Amino acid sequence: MENILEIKNLNKSYGDFALKDVSFSLPKGYIMGFVGENGSGKTTTIRSILNMAKFDSGEIRVFGLDSVTDTIAIKERLGVVFDSLYLAEHLNVKQIERQIKPFYKDWQTEEFFRSIEEFDLPTDKKVGDFSKGMKMKLMIAVALSHKAELIILDEPTSGLDPVARDELLDILAEYIEDENRGVLFSTHITADVERIADYVTILHSGKVWFTGELNTLSEGYAVLKGAEEDLPAGIKDKLIGFHAYRNGFEALIKTDDLAGLPDSLEYEKASIDEILVYIAKEDKHERHSKGHVV
Amino acid sequence: MKIIIKNKSELPIYEQIEQQMKAQILDGTIAEEEQLPSIRQLARDLKISVITTTRVYNDLANEGFIISVAGKGYFVAPRNNELLRERMLCEMETALEQAVRSGRDAGLSDDEIIAALRSFMEGS
Repeated sequence: MENILEIKNLNKSYGDFALKDVSFSLPKGYIMGFVGENGSGKTTTIRSILNMAKFDSGEIRVFGLDSVTDTIAIKERLGVVFDSLYLAEHLNVKQIERQIKPFYKDWQTEEFFRSIEEFDLPTDKKVGDFSKGMKMKLMIAVALSHKAELIILDEPTSGLDPVARDELLDILAEYIEDENRGVLFSTHITADVERIADYVTILHSGKVWFTGELNTLSEGYAVLKGAEEDLPAGIKDKLIGFHAYRNGFEALIKTDDLAGLPDSLEYEKASIDEILVYIAKEDKHERHSKGHVV
Repeated sequence: MKIIIKNKSELPIYEQIEQQMKAQILDGTIAEEEQLPSIRQLARDLKISVITTTRVYNDLANEGFIISVAGKGYFVAPRNNELLRERMLCEMETALEQAVRSGRDAGLSDDEIIAALRSFMEGS
Protein backbone atom coordinates (compact mmCIF):
# COMPACT_ATOMS: atom_id res chain seq x y z
CA MET A 1 0.00 0.00 0.00
CA GLU A 2 1.30 3.43 -0.94
CA ASN A 3 1.82 5.81 1.97
CA ILE A 4 0.57 9.36 1.66
CA LEU A 5 2.44 10.29 4.83
CA GLU A 6 5.49 8.62 6.30
CA ILE A 7 7.43 9.65 9.39
CA LYS A 8 10.65 7.85 10.23
CA ASN A 9 12.57 8.19 13.49
CA LEU A 10 11.67 11.80 14.11
CA ASN A 11 13.70 13.29 16.95
CA LYS A 12 13.52 16.76 18.32
CA SER A 13 14.28 18.21 21.71
CA TYR A 14 13.83 21.60 23.22
CA GLY A 15 13.84 22.45 26.89
CA ASP A 16 12.63 19.46 28.86
CA PHE A 17 10.47 18.20 25.99
CA ALA A 18 11.55 15.72 23.33
CA LEU A 19 10.08 13.75 20.48
CA LYS A 20 11.80 10.39 20.57
CA ASP A 21 12.02 8.20 17.47
CA VAL A 22 8.52 9.00 16.32
CA SER A 23 7.63 6.78 13.37
CA PHE A 24 4.27 6.12 11.74
CA SER A 25 2.73 6.06 8.32
CA LEU A 26 -0.67 6.64 6.77
CA PRO A 27 -1.64 4.73 3.62
CA LYS A 28 -3.46 6.54 0.83
CA GLY A 29 -7.23 6.47 1.10
CA TYR A 30 -7.56 6.36 4.86
CA ILE A 31 -8.16 8.49 7.95
CA MET A 32 -5.78 8.45 10.92
CA GLY A 33 -6.67 9.74 14.36
CA PHE A 34 -3.75 11.23 16.26
CA VAL A 35 -4.27 11.20 20.01
CA GLY A 36 -2.38 11.66 23.25
CA GLU A 37 -2.48 13.83 26.36
CA ASN A 38 -1.62 17.54 26.24
CA GLY A 39 2.11 17.98 25.74
CA SER A 40 2.57 14.49 24.29
CA GLY A 41 4.03 16.02 21.10
CA LYS A 42 1.11 15.91 18.65
CA THR A 43 1.31 19.56 17.65
CA THR A 44 5.12 19.45 17.42
CA THR A 45 4.85 16.43 15.12
CA ILE A 46 2.27 18.22 12.97
CA ARG A 47 4.40 21.37 12.86
CA SER A 48 7.34 19.22 11.75
CA ILE A 49 5.29 17.69 8.93
CA LEU A 50 4.38 21.21 7.80
CA ASN A 51 8.01 22.30 8.02
CA MET A 52 7.01 24.93 10.58
CA ALA A 53 9.36 23.43 13.15
CA LYS A 54 12.88 22.12 12.64
CA PHE A 55 13.68 18.63 13.85
CA ASP A 56 17.01 17.19 14.99
CA SER A 57 16.97 13.94 13.04
CA GLY A 58 14.69 11.67 11.10
CA GLU A 59 12.73 11.91 7.90
CA ILE A 60 9.23 12.96 6.91
CA ARG A 61 7.78 12.13 3.51
CA VAL A 62 4.49 13.54 2.25
CA PHE A 63 3.27 12.19 -1.12
CA GLY A 64 6.73 10.57 -1.23
CA LEU A 65 8.38 14.01 -1.16
CA ASP A 66 10.80 15.29 1.48
CA SER A 67 9.09 17.59 3.98
CA VAL A 68 12.05 19.99 4.14
CA THR A 69 13.45 20.20 0.63
CA ASP A 70 10.13 19.79 -1.21
CA THR A 71 8.01 21.82 1.16
CA ILE A 72 6.55 24.13 -1.50
CA ALA A 73 5.49 21.27 -3.78
CA ILE A 74 3.94 19.53 -0.77
CA LYS A 75 1.97 22.57 0.34
CA GLU A 76 0.29 22.88 -3.06
CA ARG A 77 -1.33 19.53 -2.35
CA LEU A 78 -1.84 19.82 1.40
CA GLY A 79 -4.72 21.33 3.37
CA VAL A 80 -4.49 22.34 7.01
CA VAL A 81 -7.12 23.07 9.63
CA PHE A 82 -5.95 24.46 12.95
CA ASP A 83 -7.97 25.06 16.08
CA SER A 84 -7.77 28.77 15.45
CA LEU A 85 -8.18 30.65 12.18
CA TYR A 86 -4.97 31.47 10.29
CA LEU A 87 -6.78 33.86 7.95
CA ALA A 88 -7.16 37.64 8.22
CA GLU A 89 -9.99 38.14 10.69
CA HIS A 90 -11.09 41.58 9.44
CA LEU A 91 -11.91 40.32 5.93
CA ASN A 92 -15.05 38.63 4.66
CA VAL A 93 -15.13 35.38 2.68
CA LYS A 94 -15.01 37.12 -0.72
CA GLN A 95 -11.97 39.17 0.29
CA ILE A 96 -10.28 36.10 1.78
CA GLU A 97 -10.73 34.24 -1.50
CA ARG A 98 -9.04 37.03 -3.44
CA GLN A 99 -6.21 37.07 -0.92
CA ILE A 100 -5.48 33.32 -0.92
CA LYS A 101 -6.01 32.63 -4.61
CA PRO A 102 -2.55 33.74 -5.85
CA PHE A 103 -0.79 31.35 -3.48
CA TYR A 104 -2.04 28.21 -5.18
CA LYS A 105 -1.47 27.08 -8.76
CA ASP A 106 -4.54 24.88 -8.70
CA TRP A 107 -6.94 27.27 -6.97
CA GLN A 108 -10.57 26.86 -8.08
CA THR A 109 -12.78 29.84 -7.31
CA GLU A 110 -15.99 28.04 -8.28
CA GLU A 111 -15.19 25.07 -6.09
CA PHE A 112 -14.48 27.43 -3.19
CA PHE A 113 -17.83 29.20 -3.40
CA ARG A 114 -19.61 25.91 -3.93
CA SER A 115 -18.16 24.66 -0.60
CA ILE A 116 -18.97 27.97 1.10
CA GLU A 117 -22.59 27.61 0.02
CA GLU A 118 -22.73 23.95 0.98
CA PHE A 119 -21.34 24.79 4.43
CA ASP A 120 -23.88 27.65 4.86
CA LEU A 121 -21.21 30.31 5.36
CA PRO A 122 -22.10 33.99 4.78
CA THR A 123 -19.88 35.71 2.20
CA ASP A 124 -20.27 39.29 3.46
CA LYS A 125 -19.55 38.86 7.16
CA LYS A 126 -16.11 39.41 8.72
CA VAL A 127 -14.61 35.95 9.28
CA GLY A 128 -13.36 37.13 12.69
CA ASP A 129 -17.01 37.16 13.77
CA PHE A 130 -17.57 33.56 12.65
CA SER A 131 -18.32 30.91 15.25
CA LYS A 132 -15.69 28.25 15.88
CA GLY A 133 -17.55 25.75 13.71
CA MET A 134 -17.84 28.25 10.85
CA LYS A 135 -14.10 29.01 11.03
CA MET A 136 -13.34 25.29 10.87
CA LYS A 137 -15.56 24.91 7.82
CA LEU A 138 -13.93 27.92 6.15
CA MET A 139 -10.48 26.35 6.56
CA ILE A 140 -11.80 23.10 5.09
CA ALA A 141 -13.32 25.01 2.16
CA VAL A 142 -9.86 26.50 1.49
CA ALA A 143 -8.28 23.02 1.59
CA LEU A 144 -10.88 21.60 -0.80
CA SER A 145 -10.46 24.46 -3.24
CA HIS A 146 -6.84 23.78 -4.07
CA LYS A 147 -7.47 20.05 -4.52
CA ALA A 148 -5.62 19.08 -1.37
CA GLU A 149 -4.87 15.37 -1.37
CA LEU A 150 -3.97 15.26 2.31
CA ILE A 151 -5.76 17.24 5.00
CA ILE A 152 -4.11 17.66 8.37
CA LEU A 153 -6.35 18.85 11.18
CA ASP A 154 -4.94 19.88 14.55
CA GLU A 155 -7.62 19.69 17.23
CA PRO A 156 -10.42 20.56 14.82
CA THR A 157 -13.14 19.37 17.17
CA SER A 158 -12.03 21.10 20.38
CA GLY A 159 -14.56 23.72 21.34
CA LEU A 160 -17.01 22.64 18.65
CA ASP A 161 -20.62 21.90 19.50
CA PRO A 162 -21.91 18.38 18.70
CA VAL A 163 -23.69 19.58 15.55
CA ALA A 164 -20.52 21.12 14.09
CA ARG A 165 -18.52 18.02 15.04
CA ASP A 166 -21.01 15.84 13.25
CA GLU A 167 -20.80 18.10 10.18
CA LEU A 168 -17.01 17.76 10.22
CA LEU A 169 -17.23 13.96 10.29
CA ASP A 170 -19.65 14.17 7.38
CA ILE A 171 -17.24 16.32 5.40
CA LEU A 172 -14.29 14.01 6.14
CA ALA A 173 -16.29 10.90 5.25
CA GLU A 174 -17.20 12.49 1.93
CA TYR A 175 -13.62 13.67 1.31
CA ILE A 176 -12.14 10.21 1.83
CA GLU A 177 -14.55 8.53 -0.56
CA ASP A 178 -11.86 9.34 -3.14
CA GLU A 179 -9.30 6.66 -2.39
CA ASN A 180 -6.34 8.82 -3.41
CA ARG A 181 -6.69 11.12 -0.43
CA GLY A 182 -5.79 10.98 3.23
CA VAL A 183 -6.65 12.65 6.52
CA LEU A 184 -4.59 13.03 9.69
CA PHE A 185 -6.42 14.59 12.59
CA SER A 186 -5.40 15.16 16.15
CA THR A 187 -8.12 15.35 18.72
CA HIS A 188 -9.05 14.92 22.36
CA ILE A 189 -12.53 13.82 21.46
CA THR A 190 -11.68 10.19 20.93
CA ALA A 191 -15.29 9.18 20.20
CA ASP A 192 -14.82 10.86 16.81
CA VAL A 193 -11.70 8.77 16.19
CA GLU A 194 -13.44 5.58 17.29
CA ARG A 195 -16.18 6.11 14.76
CA ILE A 196 -14.47 7.30 11.62
CA ALA A 197 -10.73 6.60 11.78
CA ASP A 198 -9.14 3.62 10.07
CA TYR A 199 -5.81 4.04 11.79
CA VAL A 200 -4.79 5.53 15.08
CA THR A 201 -1.51 6.73 16.50
CA ILE A 202 -1.18 7.31 20.24
CA LEU A 203 1.62 9.59 21.33
CA HIS A 204 2.73 9.56 24.93
CA SER A 205 5.56 11.68 26.38
CA GLY A 206 7.03 12.26 22.94
CA LYS A 207 7.02 8.59 21.95
CA VAL A 208 4.68 6.50 19.83
CA TRP A 209 2.78 4.24 22.24
CA PHE A 210 0.67 2.65 19.53
CA THR A 211 0.29 3.02 15.79
CA GLY A 212 -1.78 0.81 13.55
CA GLU A 213 -5.31 -0.13 12.65
CA LEU A 214 -7.96 1.07 15.05
CA ASN A 215 -9.38 -2.48 15.17
CA THR A 216 -6.05 -3.82 16.39
CA LEU A 217 -6.06 -1.29 19.22
CA SER A 218 -9.66 -1.75 20.28
CA GLU A 219 -9.44 -5.54 20.13
CA GLY A 220 -5.99 -5.56 21.70
CA TYR A 221 -6.72 -4.05 25.08
CA ALA A 222 -9.29 -4.54 27.84
CA VAL A 223 -9.98 -3.01 31.23
CA LEU A 224 -9.60 -5.60 33.97
CA LYS A 225 -11.39 -5.23 37.30
CA GLY A 226 -11.67 -7.34 40.40
CA ALA A 227 -10.17 -8.11 43.78
CA GLU A 228 -6.40 -7.86 44.00
CA GLU A 229 -6.05 -11.22 45.79
CA ASP A 230 -7.65 -13.00 42.78
CA LEU A 231 -4.76 -11.97 40.53
CA PRO A 232 -2.49 -14.94 39.67
CA ALA A 233 1.19 -14.49 40.50
CA GLY A 234 3.23 -12.75 37.82
CA ILE A 235 0.30 -11.18 36.00
CA LYS A 236 0.61 -7.88 37.82
CA ASP A 237 3.78 -7.02 35.89
CA LYS A 238 1.79 -7.23 32.67
CA LEU A 239 -0.90 -4.83 33.82
CA ILE A 240 -0.82 -1.23 32.67
CA GLY A 241 -1.76 1.58 35.02
CA PHE A 242 -2.63 -0.76 37.89
CA HIS A 243 -4.71 1.09 40.45
CA ALA A 244 -5.90 -0.48 43.71
CA TYR A 245 -8.63 1.05 45.81
CA ARG A 246 -10.63 -0.10 48.81
CA ASN A 247 -12.97 -2.48 46.98
CA GLY A 248 -10.68 -3.86 44.32
CA PHE A 249 -8.42 -2.87 41.50
CA GLU A 250 -8.58 -1.63 37.89
CA ALA A 251 -5.95 -1.90 35.19
CA LEU A 252 -5.46 -2.06 31.46
CA ILE A 253 -4.46 -5.45 30.07
CA LYS A 254 -3.55 -6.81 26.65
CA THR A 255 -6.34 -9.15 25.53
CA ASP A 256 -3.62 -11.75 24.80
CA ASP A 257 -2.86 -11.82 28.52
CA LEU A 258 -6.49 -12.50 29.48
CA ALA A 259 -6.25 -16.26 28.87
CA GLY A 260 -6.17 -18.29 32.07
CA LEU A 261 -7.37 -15.56 34.39
CA PRO A 262 -9.91 -16.63 37.03
CA ASP A 263 -13.62 -15.93 36.37
CA SER A 264 -13.82 -13.76 39.45
CA LEU A 265 -12.02 -11.05 37.46
CA GLU A 266 -14.18 -9.02 35.11
CA TYR A 267 -13.01 -7.38 31.93
CA GLU A 268 -14.55 -5.17 29.29
CA LYS A 269 -13.51 -3.52 26.05
CA ALA A 270 -11.21 -0.54 26.55
CA SER A 271 -12.07 2.74 24.85
CA ILE A 272 -9.31 5.02 23.58
CA ASP A 273 -10.10 7.41 26.45
CA GLU A 274 -9.57 4.62 28.97
CA ILE A 275 -6.35 3.54 27.29
CA LEU A 276 -5.02 7.12 27.51
CA VAL A 277 -5.93 7.33 31.19
CA TYR A 278 -4.22 4.03 32.07
CA ILE A 279 -1.07 4.94 30.15
CA ALA A 280 -0.88 8.15 32.17
CA LYS A 281 -1.48 6.24 35.44
CA GLU A 282 1.26 3.75 34.58
CA ASP A 283 3.65 6.67 34.27
CA LYS A 284 2.79 8.14 37.64
CA HIS A 285 3.07 4.69 39.17
CA GLU A 286 6.56 4.22 37.73
CA ARG A 287 7.71 7.59 38.92
CA HIS A 288 6.23 6.88 42.30
CA SER A 289 7.87 3.48 42.72
CA LYS A 290 11.23 4.79 41.51
CA GLY A 291 11.01 7.54 44.09
CA HIS A 292 10.24 4.93 46.66
CA VAL A 293 13.38 2.93 45.91
CA VAL A 294 15.57 5.97 46.31
CA MET B 1 -30.93 -1.71 2.50
CA LYS B 2 -31.38 -0.29 5.96
CA ILE B 3 -28.56 -0.21 8.49
CA ILE B 4 -28.74 1.20 11.98
CA ILE B 5 -25.58 1.54 14.01
CA LYS B 6 -25.86 1.77 17.75
CA ASN B 7 -22.86 3.45 19.28
CA LYS B 8 -23.71 2.12 22.70
CA SER B 9 -24.09 -1.47 21.53
CA GLU B 10 -21.88 -4.17 23.00
CA LEU B 11 -21.32 -5.48 19.46
CA PRO B 12 -18.53 -3.94 17.39
CA ILE B 13 -19.78 -1.83 14.47
CA TYR B 14 -18.69 -4.37 11.83
CA GLU B 15 -20.74 -7.11 13.51
CA GLN B 16 -23.80 -4.90 13.77
CA ILE B 17 -23.67 -4.23 10.04
CA GLU B 18 -22.95 -7.86 9.16
CA GLN B 19 -25.92 -9.09 11.18
CA GLN B 20 -28.30 -6.57 9.66
CA MET B 21 -27.12 -7.21 6.10
CA LYS B 22 -27.34 -10.98 6.55
CA ALA B 23 -30.87 -10.69 7.91
CA GLN B 24 -31.92 -8.49 5.00
CA ILE B 25 -30.32 -10.76 2.42
CA LEU B 26 -31.97 -13.83 3.95
CA ASP B 27 -35.44 -12.26 4.13
CA GLY B 28 -35.10 -10.77 0.66
CA THR B 29 -35.19 -7.08 1.65
CA ILE B 30 -31.97 -6.84 -0.33
CA ALA B 31 -32.84 -8.73 -3.50
CA GLU B 32 -30.55 -11.39 -4.92
CA GLU B 33 -28.02 -10.15 -7.42
CA GLU B 34 -28.67 -6.57 -6.33
CA GLN B 35 -25.59 -4.35 -6.49
CA LEU B 36 -24.40 -3.12 -3.12
CA PRO B 37 -22.87 0.30 -2.45
CA SER B 38 -19.08 0.32 -2.82
CA ILE B 39 -16.93 -0.08 0.27
CA ARG B 40 -16.16 3.63 0.25
CA GLN B 41 -19.75 4.72 -0.40
CA LEU B 42 -20.99 2.63 2.50
CA ALA B 43 -18.30 4.09 4.79
CA ARG B 44 -19.33 7.56 3.76
CA ASP B 45 -23.06 6.95 4.17
CA LEU B 46 -22.64 5.45 7.63
CA LYS B 47 -19.82 7.82 8.62
CA ILE B 48 -17.60 4.95 9.69
CA SER B 49 -14.11 3.89 8.75
CA VAL B 50 -13.25 2.32 5.41
CA ILE B 51 -11.42 -0.52 7.16
CA THR B 52 -14.65 -1.42 8.96
CA THR B 53 -16.73 -1.60 5.78
CA THR B 54 -13.92 -3.52 4.04
CA ARG B 55 -14.06 -6.08 6.84
CA VAL B 56 -17.86 -6.33 6.54
CA TYR B 57 -17.71 -7.06 2.81
CA ASN B 58 -14.84 -9.51 3.17
CA ASP B 59 -16.65 -11.44 5.91
CA LEU B 60 -19.94 -11.51 3.98
CA ALA B 61 -18.14 -12.65 0.83
CA ASN B 62 -16.32 -15.41 2.74
CA GLU B 63 -19.61 -16.62 4.17
CA GLY B 64 -21.23 -16.65 0.74
CA PHE B 65 -23.77 -13.87 1.25
CA ILE B 66 -22.27 -11.54 -1.32
CA ILE B 67 -19.90 -11.88 -4.24
CA SER B 68 -17.24 -9.55 -5.52
CA VAL B 69 -17.15 -8.97 -9.27
CA ALA B 70 -13.81 -7.58 -10.39
CA GLY B 71 -14.17 -4.08 -11.77
CA LYS B 72 -17.88 -3.91 -10.97
CA GLY B 73 -18.23 -4.13 -7.22
CA TYR B 74 -20.18 -6.22 -4.77
CA PHE B 75 -23.47 -8.04 -5.42
CA VAL B 76 -25.83 -10.11 -3.32
CA ALA B 77 -25.11 -13.75 -4.07
CA PRO B 78 -27.74 -15.57 -6.15
CA ARG B 79 -30.15 -17.66 -4.12
CA ASN B 80 -29.09 -20.95 -5.67
CA ASN B 81 -25.67 -20.28 -4.23
CA GLU B 82 -24.62 -23.43 -2.37
CA LEU B 83 -23.00 -21.69 0.58
CA LEU B 84 -25.95 -19.42 1.15
CA ARG B 85 -28.40 -22.30 0.84
CA GLU B 86 -26.40 -24.30 3.35
CA ARG B 87 -26.52 -21.39 5.74
CA MET B 88 -30.26 -20.94 5.32
CA LEU B 89 -30.84 -24.64 5.95
CA CYS B 90 -28.74 -24.37 9.04
CA GLU B 91 -30.77 -21.38 10.24
CA MET B 92 -33.98 -23.29 9.59
CA GLU B 93 -32.78 -26.32 11.53
CA THR B 94 -31.77 -24.21 14.50
CA ALA B 95 -35.11 -22.42 14.50
CA LEU B 96 -37.04 -25.72 14.21
CA GLU B 97 -35.05 -27.24 17.01
CA GLN B 98 -35.87 -24.24 19.16
CA ALA B 99 -39.55 -24.48 18.21
CA VAL B 100 -39.72 -28.18 19.09
CA ARG B 101 -37.99 -27.57 22.40
CA SER B 102 -40.35 -24.72 23.28
CA GLY B 103 -43.34 -26.85 22.29
CA ARG B 104 -42.22 -29.76 24.45
CA ASP B 105 -41.45 -27.44 27.34
CA ALA B 106 -45.04 -26.25 27.05
CA GLY B 107 -46.18 -29.88 27.31
CA LEU B 108 -47.37 -30.31 23.72
CA SER B 109 -47.35 -33.75 22.08
CA ASP B 110 -45.34 -34.27 18.88
CA ASP B 111 -48.59 -34.39 16.89
CA GLU B 112 -49.69 -31.08 18.34
CA ILE B 113 -46.35 -29.50 17.46
CA ILE B 114 -46.58 -30.80 13.87
CA ALA B 115 -50.18 -29.54 13.65
CA ALA B 116 -49.03 -26.13 14.86
CA LEU B 117 -46.29 -26.08 12.22
CA ARG B 118 -48.75 -27.10 9.50
CA SER B 119 -51.26 -24.39 10.41
CA PHE B 120 -48.41 -21.91 10.53
CA MET B 121 -47.30 -22.91 7.02
CA GLU B 122 -50.85 -22.69 5.68
CA GLY B 123 -51.19 -19.28 7.23
CA SER B 124 -48.08 -17.79 5.69
